[in-house]
Amino acid sequence: MEGNIGELGQYIGVGLTAIGMGGAAIGVGNVAGNFLSGALRNPSAAAGQTATLFIGMAFAEALGIFSFLVALLLMFAV
Amino acid sequence: MATEAHGEATGLSFHPMDQFIVRPLFGDGPVHWYTPSNVTLWLFAIILATLALLVLGTRGRGIVPTRTQSIAELSYGLVHKMVGDIAGKDGLKYFPYIMTLFMFVLFANFLGLLPLAFTVTSHIAVTGVLALAVFLSVTAIGFIKNGAHFLDLFWVRSAPLAIRPVLAVIEVISYFVRPVSHSIRLAGNMIAGHAVIKVFAGFAAIAAVAPISIIAVVGMYAFEILVAFIQAYVFTILTCVYLKDALHPSH
Repeated sequence: MEGNIGELGQYIGVGLTAIGMGGAAIGVGNVAGNFLSGALRNPSAAAGQTATLFIGMAFAEALGIFSFLVALLLMFAV
Repeated sequence: MATEAHGEATGLSFHPMDQFIVRPLFGDGPVHWYTPSNVTLWLFAIILATLALLVLGTRGRGIVPTRTQSIAELSYGLVHKMVGDIAGKDGLKYFPYIMTLFMFVLFANFLGLLPLAFTVTSHIAVTGVLALAVFLSVTAIGFIKNGAHFLDLFWVRSAPLAIRPVLAVIEVISYFVRPVSHSIRLAGNMIAGHAVIKVFAGFAAIAAVAPISIIAVVGMYAFEILVAFIQAYVFTILTCVYLKDALHPSH
């Protein structure tokens, strides 16, 4: 059992950032699910809204990407 | 796809992040800005692929398009419709730039998926320049087209006066975070996908889990083909959204 405590904290921190990605996963799933339930109610309007779907997904995903970035920085840059 | 170094340390025969190392094409010297490296090679390949599709592919100008020609026409039509729908008719003036961005990112993502290839868009240096160019040009367009009215983007007139300063702060922050999220979304997706494939590939060395690992690699690869297109699409669509904000800043 040797090694420095800073490295321990670093790896724990990287693991904790994975929770942030889980949040983004919930967000993206929410966007897609709500789009689908709306699209099934009114299929004729769905085709025009795919761009909005992707924009919404991109915004939801961005925050997960930020946590992924933090993980990468912790692993390789700090 | 290095085979050296990390071997003993991690137990894997290669490190998942080794594929993103910039190496000189010839010899082993240090990489300067003028050194021909694997990045140079694949940037060149992207330009060649784009030219091959859009110039050579449509050379025949057939009434009944060949397969290559219809792919070129489909991608042109996709981006043209996107710009027209989102940025509006006056945004079509900037269509050539957005088409260039789309084709560059698309081919960078797709060529990066070839075995032994280098994914140019996995580097934040590359996507950062793309996103910063979009950010700066869109801001310039906003100020040139609308003058001081461009600042209406931050001063939400439809909201009650009391909360407008708070909204202004939030809007300013979200405006300046744009190039960051724009670039990191693309680079992060590419890094993550390729690293995951490599991690699964690393498990193939262990006989007991090798079949699962190979199936996982195939599955992830198929998913990455989808992601490569979607990220190029998202990058372009967000550029259109930013352009729309610059052309019509009032909410």
